[in-house]
Amino acid sequence: MVCRCRQILNNMKAANDIVISATGLSRRFGSLVAVNNVDLQIPAGTIYGFLGPNGSGKSTTIRMLCGLLTPSAGSATVMGLDTRKQSEVLKQKIGYMTQRFSLFEDLTVAENLRFISEVYALSRKRRKTRVAQLIEEFNLSKQLKQRAGTLSGGQKQRLALAVAILHDPQILFLDEPTSAVDPKNRRDFWEILFDLAAQGTTILVSTHYMDEAARCHSLAILDQGVKVADGSPMQLGESISLNVFEVVAEDPNKARISLAQQQAISSITQLGVSLRVLIPKDVEGGLQLVTSTLAHAGVHAEVEKVFPDLEDVFVAVTESRPEGIAA
Amino acid sequence: MNSLIRIFAIMKKEFLQLSRDRLTFGMIVGIPLIQLMMFGYAINTDVRNLSAAYVDEADTHLSRQFVADLGASQVINIKQRVASVQELEQLLDVGLISIGIAVPDDFDRRVIERDRQAVQLLVDGTDPIILGVAQQLSALPVRFDTQALPSPSVNLMEVRNFYNPERRTAVNIVPGLVGVILTMTMVLFTAVAIVREKERGNLELLINTPIKTPELMLGKIVPYIIIGLLQVVIIFTVGCYLFKVFIRGSELDVLTVSLVFIAANLSLGLLISTLVQTQFQAMQAAFFVLLPSILLSGFMFPFDGMPVFAQTIAEVLPLTHFNRLIRGIVLRGADIDSMWEDLLALGVFMLVAITLAIARFSKRLD
Repeated sequence: MVCRCRQILNNMKAANDIVISATGLSRRFGSLVAVNNVDLQIPAGTIYGFLGPNGSGKSTTIRMLCGLLTPSAGSATVMGLDTRKQSEVLKQKIGYMTQRFSLFEDLTVAENLRFISEVYALSRKRRKTRVAQLIEEFNLSKQLKQRAGTLSGGQKQRLALAVAILHDPQILFLDEPTSAVDPKNRRDFWEILFDLAAQGTTILVSTHYMDEAARCHSLAILDQGVKVADGSPMQLGESISLNVFEVVAEDPNKARISLAQQQAISSITQLGVSLRVLIPKDVEGGLQLVTSTLAHAGVHAEVEKVFPDLEDVFVAVTESRPEGIAA
Repeated sequence: MNSLIRIFAIMKKEFLQLSRDRLTFGMIVGIPLIQLMMFGYAINTDVRNLSAAYVDEADTHLSRQFVADLGASQVINIKQRVASVQELEQLLDVGLISIGIAVPDDFDRRVIERDRQAVQLLVDGTDPIILGVAQQLSALPVRFDTQALPSPSVNLMEVRNFYNPERRTAVNIVPGLVGVILTMTMVLFTAVAIVREKERGNLELLINTPIKTPELMLGKIVPYIIIGLLQVVIIFTVGCYLFKVFIRGSELDVLTVSLVFIAANLSLGLLISTLVQTQFQAMQAAFFVLLPSILLSGFMFPFDGMPVFAQTIAEVLPLTHFNRLIRGIVLRGADIDSMWEDLLALGVFMLVAITLAIARFSKRLD
């Protein structure tokens, strides 16, 4: 009880406090720079996303924030604790769900939960109630005596999350938690995350799914270890220096080929019968350019200026970097 | 208090995993039994039933009696009688016999006059053990039923065989085997313990919890100590029933000495586990420890007969000290107090290994 009350107090006090902050965070593995000079300011109670392709440094950054990896340069504080020097204190306060399923596959669901509750040295009474509560909340009661290795993807994910929040951490790190899960389970999973955030837990989640990133309160886009943009999905859409036009054409293929001739267009992506055309904001009359090009090619199409979604943002911020183009 | 909860949590988890890992579980009981049968029955240095043939050119009552006596010793098994020494040599050449007995035609006269050897033994000396047996045979007295003479000469030295009057190899093998089996299984179990969790991804979860390194190490060692002691009990029980090897000293001393030895081996295994990257490397490292232990510890060959540099290496191996202790207690009924130096050496080894393992283990991934 005492623990709960203090947690709620902390949440109130820390409502707009920065709980995760990093400056110049970098990590090298030999000659490879996995994370390069990343700055972060994450306020309490938010769901913060790391969006980026594989190898963009998401996992490495999370591991550094958990205190599992020592930064090569820069520093990070989580809950005001230095991740280099105070990682042992930090471990009581954070939960970490690894990218790979890391529970004991030869133990049952119940045994795994009990084991972790003992490792966190919760009181006997708290262990019992907390484990029972999580089994109920995460709908694992039918799998209690099943070995963790034989669970389905969704069940494994639920168990892993239950284990990660067993000790009521104030901060939760989730490394690509939904990569092996079907859409239904993903939706349920995100509902749990929103519940946790509403209770005051700060959640840092990495993903390479755009739709998942769009659910975050705020996110950072990582590309080859560099943070190329950050902000809320809305802010990110506004911030890019590109206009987005949606082209719905009878013959999208032909439309794409004709638009590709235009030097001013920086990117064309086909989505079924529609195209998303990105044109730099400093090119005047973008809409005009698209319609006239299509008319010239004899393609019948409707063109509309739309608000950039995260995929547009992602394309814009990764392609505007010289390395991005080279890759 | 929290530490205890965590140590017990790890212990319980190790036991649960062990009980579900049938192969490892089988190894705990299987290795001691198989090794005991192998070493106890097959490896036997008190040789009997060596194939032999003889040529009896004298063919007198005395010579026939002599050959019959040799056969009755059971050391040799006389397969056939041949006509000439040349035939004996041929049998030796083709490997049909290990020992050939040549009785010359003037056998009776030579026995009575005692001016030179009466019989020639042709021995396959490629195996030193057979050569040793032949030397024993040469000391066999010849009984004179016809002439009741007193024994003409008395040996200069009398041999009194302490602790093992029947000269059974099992007496030496069984206690030695306890150490070999414990080295084999204990080092291996903990050597793979941490790398296995690293390979399966469990370690990334564990090191992100507040568990402390000594708690993790202790939680992993204690279950195997119990298993090790179980193996000791199995080996001595089987040794007692099958090979009639009884513990002369105190059983408590046996368990105490075994406990320290097991802990030393487990610590060494943990240290290996923190040094290697894969389970396969861990197994190789475990065998790298096992081989010199078997060869240098005095299990196979007497310690005192080894060159000084080999003895120096042997003194570092826990098995060397354990062999002295366990043979002392089991075979000679010695008191643990009289061998405190070896016990201390094991304790020091354990402390150094576990300290290094704890220092080597990092709760970080870099």
